Amino acid sequence: MSRGRAEERAPVSLIVLAILGAGLFAVPLLGLIWRVPWRQLPALLTDDVVIDALGLSLVTSLTSTGIALLLGFPLAWLLANREFPGRRLVRGLVLLPLVLPPVVGGAALLFALGRRGLVGEPLYQTTGLVLPFSIWGVVLATTFVAMPFLVITVEGALRNLDRRYEGAAASLGASRWTVLRRVTIPMIAPSLIAGMVLTWARAFGEFGATITFAGNLQGRTQTLPLAVFVALESNRDLAVAISLLMVVISLAVLVALRERWWKP
Amino acid sequence: MALALAGALAACSGQSAEETLVVSAAASLDEAFNEIATVFEEEHPGTDVLLNFAGSSTLREQILEGSPVDVFASANISNMDAVVEAGEISGQPEIFALNQLQIAVPAGNPGGVDGLADFSNEFLLLGLCAEGVPCGDFARESLALAGVVPAVDSNEPDVRALLTKIAAGELDAGITYVTDVVASGGDVEGIVIPDEFNTVAEYPIATVSSGTSPELAAAFVELVRSETGQAILRDHGFASP
Repeated sequence: MSRGRAEERAPVSLIVLAILGAGLFAVPLLGLIWRVPWRQLPALLTDDVVIDALGLSLVTSLTSTGIALLLGFPLAWLLANREFPGRRLVRGLVLLPLVLPPVVGGAALLFALGRRGLVGEPLYQTTGLVLPFSIWGVVLATTFVAMPFLVITVEGALRNLDRRYEGAAASLGASRWTVLRRVTIPMIAPSLIAGMVLTWARAFGEFGATITFAGNLQGRTQTLPLAVFVALESNRDLAVAISLLMVVISLAVLVALRERWWKP
Repeated sequence: MALALAGALAACSGQSAEETLVVSAAASLDEAFNEIATVFEEEHPGTDVLLNFAGSSTLREQILEGSPVDVFASANISNMDAVVEAGEISGQPEIFALNQLQIAVPAGNPGGVDGLADFSNEFLLLGLCAEGVPCGDFARESLALAGVVPAVDSNEPDVRALLTKIAAGELDAGITYVTDVVASGGDVEGIVIPDEFNTVAEYPIATVSSGTSPELAAAFVELVRSETGQAILRDHGFASP
């Protein structure tokens, strides 16, 4: 009863501000839907540009997520479990892409891994490999921007883990790998999945680092966000159609994970 | 509440200058318009010129979507025409500068590029402005005139993004304006495109009818077209009409 009364007394100003806050997300979405050319939509969505960009976006965002898992999980594990010199510095480095404008990240990648970059130049001279303007450039840019989400989510989960279970497994003779595989990973699985989804979503929507480092070429480096950007200037209906496609895909992922984020 | 916030914001912006003039200009005008804006602010104390640089097609979309802009300077006529047709321009657009295309290569020309024909070379990393962006459309016209089917590696969103990648040595060549090569200050070398394949880009300028300071906007356009403005533009490689 008392709880019900507390709910009745939500301050009016709070409600007004909350509605404004929700409106900030809802109004642009409505603006987009308002502009959708519904009749031409099937033709627009089967345009070569869209098919190429969708395929490229799916391949690169999933590859980025895989690489983020491969490299980010060990990084998170070490950050959570081991004291080592420079640990704070490493954590700061990992968090940096979260606050850095992606275009700065893209420029930094260009100066490091471009054909004339710090690492890129010797790489090019010894192997002939050029990362910018290639699909690997896209994967690198999206991984750079998205991997922090995996690291911080997994690290947080590992820190909050009840260590006694791992201890018990070890005392029963399980090797360190077995403990990791059979105890630790299953216990943090929900966070691991959440981290992977966040990483994937960030990679899927990446724009600034990609266009700066990997350029923009249909079928090779033009992901969906780049296709929207370019189409806005030449074919607005196409831009709106691709935007709608991205909204639908992102919503589908959110709905699929509603158990995790929407549960009250 | 919202009104109070809006009032506070207005008060804040009012402190820095009495009036603000928003000038949307093609990316290739960056250096020249910064100098012209400085002269304008000196001539009109209390006025703050806000320069908004992007590809002309982006600027066109911003105006068509109702962004508050007082002056529009486009790098080609078609983007200006689209804004005129939408009834967003007061008066007639005037051509205030001419520009030409040039092949831009990194200093030292590591790719050994010597003409438009090299743009079909699969082994070079080549960039153009995207289609719809004036420098992209002009470049494609030029290549078509020369009978070259380009093997493009990147379609950049505006001419300065393209120039940056050439200056960094990541692209072996691209097609930019003569003025961009001048602006790069030695990081980029220009290779002349023969007149028969080249286009003369005409830059129109006009005041936007929904602008909030029409008199200042007209004064800015006048300054750009005056001898002072034209001299600044010539310093940056433009030709006068």
